[in-house]
Amino acid sequence: MRVLMFGWEFPPHISGGLGTACYGLVKGLAHHNQDIIFVVPKLWGDEEPLARFVNASDVAIDYKERKFKKIWKNLTYLEVSSFLVPYLGPEEYKKFTDYAIHDRADVDDSIFSPKYQFSGKYGKNLMEEVSRYALTGAQIARDRDDFDIIHAHDWLSFPAGIAAKEISGKPLVAHVHATEFDRSGKSVNQPVYDIERAGMEAADHVLAVSQLTKNTIVTKYGIPEEKVSVLHNAVLDASIIKSKYDKKVPEKIVTFLGRITFQKGPEYFVEAAKKVLDRDPNVRFVMAGSGDLLNRMIDRVAELRIASKFHFTGFLKGDDVDHMYAISDVYVMPSVSEPFGISPLEAVRHNTPVIISKQSGVAEVLVNAIKIDFWDIDSMADSIFALLHYNGISRMFKEMGSQELKKLKWEHVAAKLVTVYEKTISARP
Amino acid sequence: MRSICFYFQVHQPYRLKPYRFFDIGDDHYYWDDFLNRSVIRKIAQKCYLPMNSLLLDLIHQYPGQFKVTFSFSGTFMDQLEAYAPDVLESFQRLVKTGQVELLSETYGHALAALKSKDEFSSMVDQHREKIQALFDGYTPKVFRNTELIYSDQIGAMVADMGYKGILTEGAKHVLGWKSPNYVYQNSINPNLKVLLKNFRLSDDIAFRFSNKTWEDYPLTTDKFINWINAIPKSEQVLNLFMDYETFGEHQWAETGIFEFMKALPGAVFNQTDFGFATPSEIIDQVSPISAIHVPTPISWADEERDLTAWLGNDLQDEAFDRLYDLENMVKKTNDPDLLRDWNYLQTSDHFYYMCTKFFSDGDIHSYFSPYDTPYDAFINYMNVLSDFVLRVKEKLKEPAIA
Repeated sequence: MRVLMFGWEFPPHISGGLGTACYGLVKGLAHHNQDIIFVVPKLWGDEEPLARFVNASDVAIDYKERKFKKIWKNLTYLEVSSFLVPYLGPEEYKKFTDYAIHDRADVDDSIFSPKYQFSGKYGKNLMEEVSRYALTGAQIARDRDDFDIIHAHDWLSFPAGIAAKEISGKPLVAHVHATEFDRSGKSVNQPVYDIERAGMEAADHVLAVSQLTKNTIVTKYGIPEEKVSVLHNAVLDASIIKSKYDKKVPEKIVTFLGRITFQKGPEYFVEAAKKVLDRDPNVRFVMAGSGDLLNRMIDRVAELRIASKFHFTGFLKGDDVDHMYAISDVYVMPSVSEPFGISPLEAVRHNTPVIISKQSGVAEVLVNAIKIDFWDIDSMADSIFALLHYNGISRMFKEMGSQELKKLKWEHVAAKLVTVYEKTISARP
Repeated sequence: MRSICFYFQVHQPYRLKPYRFFDIGDDHYYWDDFLNRSVIRKIAQKCYLPMNSLLLDLIHQYPGQFKVTFSFSGTFMDQLEAYAPDVLESFQRLVKTGQVELLSETYGHALAALKSKDEFSSMVDQHREKIQALFDGYTPKVFRNTELIYSDQIGAMVADMGYKGILTEGAKHVLGWKSPNYVYQNSINPNLKVLLKNFRLSDDIAFRFSNKTWEDYPLTTDKFINWINAIPKSEQVLNLFMDYETFGEHQWAETGIFEFMKALPGAVFNQTDFGFATPSEIIDQVSPISAIHVPTPISWADEERDLTAWLGNDLQDEAFDRLYDLENMVKKTNDPDLLRDWNYLQTSDHFYYMCTKFFSDGDIHSYFSPYDTPYDAFINYMNVLSDFVLRVKEKLKEPAIA
């Protein structure tokens, strides 16, 4: 199968989970000898050569092409609110916009220039970049004919996928890693929602990363159930990691690792920590990550007077993430809304027992974990206490968890994806 | 003759290095040597060395007449020994003239007076010993608490320790209609005299000197002399208290601050009926006018002149309480390294960095803070403190094993 795939980021230059998931998927497809053309807004040159990469920043748009006019007309509405940033808290937002501004200072800032330098970030020109990316999608689809199907990841690349489909007439698969409801809760950004919906409607088939996400797609976006398949994520490497890191403190460590934003439920972790510390002071809690709720969490921890046992690490990357998992005795993911949530699987790889919220997609694939409602801090505290003190359960989780992990391979996911591709193509009239 | 009392606070904290969660239990060195050294060296060049030499010239020019007073924190003196022996020598030269008075304070520039009498007096003892060691056995007679923090209780405690006087802020809400230009008494123990900072004239030099939006900009010696002469004849003292870093660091050399100070003493002698005196001299010569009542602590910081720059928000209170939870355990260890870290960790600056009063005085706070936000300051401090707790507990376990 020859697939024209539109993503937004690709390792090693990633700022979210989308890049990691794309990487796993592409790697799985490569395992099955699928031929992938992978388009990203900005290519850095040090990506692993698993696909034929196309740097959207290098694609020159031919403005004389009449067919593009219609696409452009449909896209102009995207320009309205270019300050809309769905993924970021205020601080990151500032960092990203600063970056985006400086990074692009030297290029022609006209969206109508033949070439356009994408930042590939989630900065203030996000909407402009999404629109421009769509034009790039159209140009690529016109220039080449070496693909059978189009696959677009999340709303950022949906307009590109739609445009490519319109120009080439090839079928489109829209892959939903997260919906606007996961990112923004009840206050959805209408333009983003509209793009998501348009993408799913234009698609010949929709992929959801969990049953949870599929339910959202069906109920909130009105997509027919039979048009949506669930394609769970996997882990890149299921082997157990024997870490070189030793814990330097005598206490047990309970960890939260992720963006500190409303949808990750950090406040429930803090409240549960207080309950555990009241019963057992020999525990350290760690909140690793950054986000718009970070300062509020620090305030709350200080207010609860547990700051000498509750630590904040800030944003962790690379080796530090492994280090954190390795020294943790319990990993907690109390997400309010998590389409999938790959981090508990990473924790399992480090032999760390996990507690996950029932409101996460990963709860559908991970059997050997404690599952709680995100809001149930009593139950969360009980579970933390149990995993710390009753070695029987944690030992069992360690053994069973690692067995389970071996079944969660991207090769399996990719095999399933290939059948979805085949069905989608054969379903075309 | 009426007296002007120039008092300069000279303090630098031991700033913490970025200390991460992963360092807890592993890395037991907390101080940012590079940053601390560069700050001391920078200020030495901009302020300490040029201002010391200017003061020495003035002292030679007006023998027995021009006098100034310093208070050095212990953390400052330790850093001078480590990073700037040249500055230490120049201070020693000044003290040798006999026209410079040194004050007592807490070694760690700490807020211990608010929490623990034991720790407070032990820190004052350590500080006095340090002064004696560095300045030929000099023994201070007058006290100034960290950031001029004062209350009736603190005053009584200081009097019990044998001091005859204390310096504090002439806070508006304490003075009311009264003038700071008199000598007052502690309301619990009248033996302790209280000198109050004239904050208007002090801050005209320390804060407003180079402020171009100030209606009295530029501040000239003539203008300042006019204001001094406008002080009613019955008022005996003018206490000009400020950070020593005012000269050359907060107010850069380009603002003319050095020229202002160079010209001021001569103008005072020629055009006013004021002279210069040190706190001890004033306390011996001027009789107190009344007791001053300060039931809740005041300080010289911010518009409120209270403690909210260091304590009061949850971050500060949590850090402060967790720190002093350790007092007894730390003392039991009797370990010199732990005692030194315990001392430096008490420095008020750590709590100042956690201040969240962004909107009124936040700008001046951020000027003095090595952290981006109060939250960063809190996290870093708590990480260090967590490691410190582990070390203390470990140390206390040792004899049992041995």
